[in-house]
Amino acid sequence: MENFDITLLQNIAYIFAAILFITGIKMLGKEATAQKGNIISAVGMFIAIIVTAINIVNPFVVLGGILLGAFIGSVIAVKVKMTSIPEMVALFNGFGGLATFFIAWSEMSNTNDNLFQYLLVILTIYIGGVTFSGSLIAFGKLSERLKIGKGNLLTNLFISIFYVSLVSILAMLVLPMIGSLPLNFETIFYVYLALVMLGGVGFVLPIGGGDMPVVISLLNSLSGIAAAFAGLILVNNVLIVAGSLVGASGLILTIIMAKAMNRTIGNILFVGYAASAASSSSEQGEVKPINAEDAFLILENASSVLIVPGYGMAVAQAQHVVRELGELLEENGTDVKYGIHPVAGRMPGHMNVLLAEANVSYDLLAEPDDVNPMMDTVDVAIVIGANDVVNPSATEEPGSPIYGMPILEVANARTVFVLKRSMSSGFAGVQNPLFFKENTRMLFGDAKESISGLVSEFKD
Amino acid sequence: MEIYILLGFVLILSIYLGLELISKVPSTLHTPLMSGANAISGIALVGALTLTQDTFLQTVIAFLAITFASINVFGGYLVTNRMLSMFKKK
Repeated sequence: MENFDITLLQNIAYIFAAILFITGIKMLGKEATAQKGNIISAVGMFIAIIVTAINIVNPFVVLGGILLGAFIGSVIAVKVKMTSIPEMVALFNGFGGLATFFIAWSEMSNTNDNLFQYLLVILTIYIGGVTFSGSLIAFGKLSERLKIGKGNLLTNLFISIFYVSLVSILAMLVLPMIGSLPLNFETIFYVYLALVMLGGVGFVLPIGGGDMPVVISLLNSLSGIAAAFAGLILVNNVLIVAGSLVGASGLILTIIMAKAMNRTIGNILFVGYAASAASSSSEQGEVKPINAEDAFLILENASSVLIVPGYGMAVAQAQHVVRELGELLEENGTDVKYGIHPVAGRMPGHMNVLLAEANVSYDLLAEPDDVNPMMDTVDVAIVIGANDVVNPSATEEPGSPIYGMPILEVANARTVFVLKRSMSSGFAGVQNPLFFKENTRMLFGDAKESISGLVSEFKD
Repeated sequence: MEIYILLGFVLILSIYLGLELISKVPSTLHTPLMSGANAISGIALVGALTLTQDTFLQTVIAFLAITFASINVFGGYLVTNRMLSMFKKK
């Protein structure tokens, strides 16, 4: 009887936790309530953990694990630089997936004759495992520790393992129906675990840096789905609800990112740019370089300026000087806005986080749909380390691989400054005609140094 | 088998609810939303706490599951909070 009461109490508490998660994630969707929403969802998590910990099996193992995890997680969260957020989100996400991988592994011994339970375990191991190893590869790529890409022999090997791992799910599902096995089941099971882990590597390895916003959202979604599946295995509603919410939100972000690139998710994951980039435009011309002094003179007389940051701003860590330049322009009476493309950078909303860190007010940040209609009233568009998201080929050249992708149409501004390190093409490997336009001026050099140059011109 | 129907019901409704809740999020919040959702997926910790620990292997697995899920939970919420505290309107 006493045991029953605890279970009842836990289930009631789980309902409350679920309500808090739902409220929290809803509030996360609006700027004004986002921070409160995160705290509400954390309270829900706290309640769920506390009531579960009432009748734990082994307090030493449990407390030890929680304390160790809390310590590591907190240290990383407090110390991480804002420029490293993408890889850190990938890492945490991977750990969540790994936890569900272990849960399903542990529950393998409880499947006995329940075929459906066995199916769930096999699937959860797969989703959790691929989320983990895939996220680790994403972490490596985002932090630029891992520089292996498409076409490499090793990459191709891992891609093959990924496909083998997909087939192995089917093999594992029909296995219990075969009477005599050539190996004992335990051995086969361990081979499966290894295949899953290596398969996740092959899943993410061939995908390029510019496609990372999609991959990272998808992995985020998968970690939620894995948790929901673990909830099915353990017959635990709060896991199902919380996991599904995460799965759904990740899926929506994935779709938004894919739309912003005008590509299907399948094309991003399994084809990539290289295959479709066969017809590269040969249009060339003279680029017109400009120096900081002349750029300053034009900016000083501009009444409206649009700043368009890209991955180059993140690499150069130029967000603080960009904000400084924005403020100086505003003091000079110029109307300053920031045009943010949804896939600029390496994760969804990457530019927004960096500009927020630099203390730029979020109501100055505008999306392509808001700024494109009024682009011809913009005196100067300053493109900082962005390339593909401002490439006019997307609207002008039906043959271009990026044709149809929604872009920031900076070419329609009166003058365009492009800050760039060199004349190399963007991630998509597509030549950018913007650089050769009549109204474009190139300011070559490191983004941070170039902007600092402009800032000091203003101060003089 | 009945229990799976019931759980499946909860699963479908929750996914639908999630899709409805987050269909329109300003791109400013994409990163915090992802990071905050990521912290919620640390709910796996609740599952990890209930794992049986009869054998040595099971105990090790449970310990690892708890540790990694805890990193996800604590790290995820803290970093999301840190990020959101920077989002300001002036």
